[in-house]
Amino acid sequence: MSTREIPRRKTGKGWFRRDWRLYAMLLLPIAFYLIFCYKPMIGIVMAFEKFSKSKGIFGSKWVGLDNFKFIINKMPDLGTALKNTLLLNFMGLIAGFPMPIILAIMLNEIRCTGIKKVSQTMLYLPHFLSWIIIGGMVLQIFAPTTGVINATLRKWRWIGPEENVPFLTEGWPWRIVYTLVGVWQSMGWGTILYLSAITGINMELFEAARIDGANKMQQIWHVTLPGIRGTIVVLLILNVGQMMNISFDKPFVLGNSRVEEYCDVLSTFVYRAAIKNHEWARAGAIGLFQSVVGLILISTANFVTKRLGEDGIW
Amino acid sequence: MSVSPGTLPAVKRRRKNPKWSVPQLVLIFVVLLISLTCVVPFLNVIALSLSSKSAILGGAVSFWPVEFNTKAYEVLFNDPSMRRSLWLTVEITLIYTAIAMVLTVLMAYPLTKRRLRGRKFFNFMALFTMYFSGGTIPIYINIMELGLLDTKWALILPGALSTYNMIIMKSFFASIPESLEEAATIDGANDFQILVRIYLPLSLASLATLTLFYAVGKWNSFQDAQYYITDRNLYPLQLKLYNAIKRIDSADVVSMDEGATAVANQVSESLQPATIIFATLPILVVYPFVQRYFVSGVTIGAVKG
Repeated sequence: MSTREIPRRKTGKGWFRRDWRLYAMLLLPIAFYLIFCYKPMIGIVMAFEKFSKSKGIFGSKWVGLDNFKFIINKMPDLGTALKNTLLLNFMGLIAGFPMPIILAIMLNEIRCTGIKKVSQTMLYLPHFLSWIIIGGMVLQIFAPTTGVINATLRKWRWIGPEENVPFLTEGWPWRIVYTLVGVWQSMGWGTILYLSAITGINMELFEAARIDGANKMQQIWHVTLPGIRGTIVVLLILNVGQMMNISFDKPFVLGNSRVEEYCDVLSTFVYRAAIKNHEWARAGAIGLFQSVVGLILISTANFVTKRLGEDGIW
Repeated sequence: MSVSPGTLPAVKRRRKNPKWSVPQLVLIFVVLLISLTCVVPFLNVIALSLSSKSAILGGAVSFWPVEFNTKAYEVLFNDPSMRRSLWLTVEITLIYTAIAMVLTVLMAYPLTKRRLRGRKFFNFMALFTMYFSGGTIPIYINIMELGLLDTKWALILPGALSTYNMIIMKSFFASIPESLEEAATIDGANDFQILVRIYLPLSLASLATLTLFYAVGKWNSFQDAQYYITDRNLYPLQLKLYNAIKRIDSADVVSMDEGATAVANQVSESLQPATIIFATLPILVVYPFVQRYFVSGVTIGAVKG
């Protein structure tokens, strides 16, 4: 109501004369979006070109689907990278998704606020470290001879005095370390959303459950979990939508030449194809494939959840 | 988390000592144990960075330095390339955060005004970038065409507006009562004045949150430098750290004259942990003070986003 009165008083009619200052504010951010987000979207056409850096996006020759045929038929490592991406993401989802929920429920049950705060402070810490720092620590801690874990296992005589557990140099141990480090890094930060969702649950429901004779476990199962179901579902959709995306830093820093077949994922594959081997157009084609599949995944997950009667993300 | 069988004993115990029942103590023990795993690795790395080479090679170091010495840190601080990298990272983080905050506020504020024509279009324009992007390589080509490769602007400009943070800012602005704006308009203030004199002073807490989001993100960013920077003089700290822990080009990690190289050999094993601590220290120092800001930011972003 009142917003309509403002223009009449100031300028009569003319929304632009009234609001030009707001549009002026938008100029810079919109320029940012156009230059750094939308211009690269046009650049995607390079995936259909025999792209050369000197000729640029508009000067290079159009070759249709040749790049896609090439990456499917002549880049056998791409299949491995795709498999690793999906497998590592899947392991991360299975191991990592329930952890923040469990932790949030446990934190919520702690009655001493001091202890709760202290443990939250510790739990959030890994979220603020770069993967390079975390990777460096992992390499130190899991190192064969000098690493504290192997040293401890030797001290406790779980392994022989000269033996080492090949945490970082063999396929499955590496995958497990990768997954656990991911869970470790994100579990604390992940509790924030669940904790705030739990706070939103009506306290009378707990009261009613207690009067009905429900014990703590039953309260958690019948009140807390249903109360945060919406949050769980939304986060699950977002996670499923990210199945094709894998960060660059984490596999890049944790991986090494001994586990090449296990640690090569789409992001590192694209990096190598482009920066090291100068296969620009083909790397771009892989990226486009990834974006499109990602968009399909998230739309499908969203559609399915809505069909199941939950609120989706759009 | 064991559960008492009947309600009566539980009630009795609670009345006697509400905070410290047995299940509560077990729960606290488990949670603290999990929490400690987030801190303990640091103790190990700090201990390594302060131990002697022979102790590390013998696998004798766990959570306390063995044959304490600070030589690794002396080597690091005396290394001009490390100092340069540190200052460069500080500079980039500061410029980036300033630009990002300006862009975020300028985008978020107009989008909260329901009278603005084209608001939905601009909103969609921002949101769409959250679900679809050009991809790494077209973005790289874009940076190349803009002539930003191997300049510090390649690390500053490309991520200088995060749609996610912009949504957080928007929801903060939207929570400020419109009556304030109306009153100011009647007093003759224009949109710029309303933003600077009314909205910004009222959102200091949220501005702090976003500043920290941006600053930590930039401090920790690595991929952009790995892609866009080949000039060693422009290596930010994370890239330098990466080279250090992967022992890529160790001469580059610590560049120095020959006398110093001998010292470096003595500390070769503690140098990596020392570098890790060196790059983490700024975050560890500010972390306890800023933690609560982050938490409020996440919650609001999730509710509105």
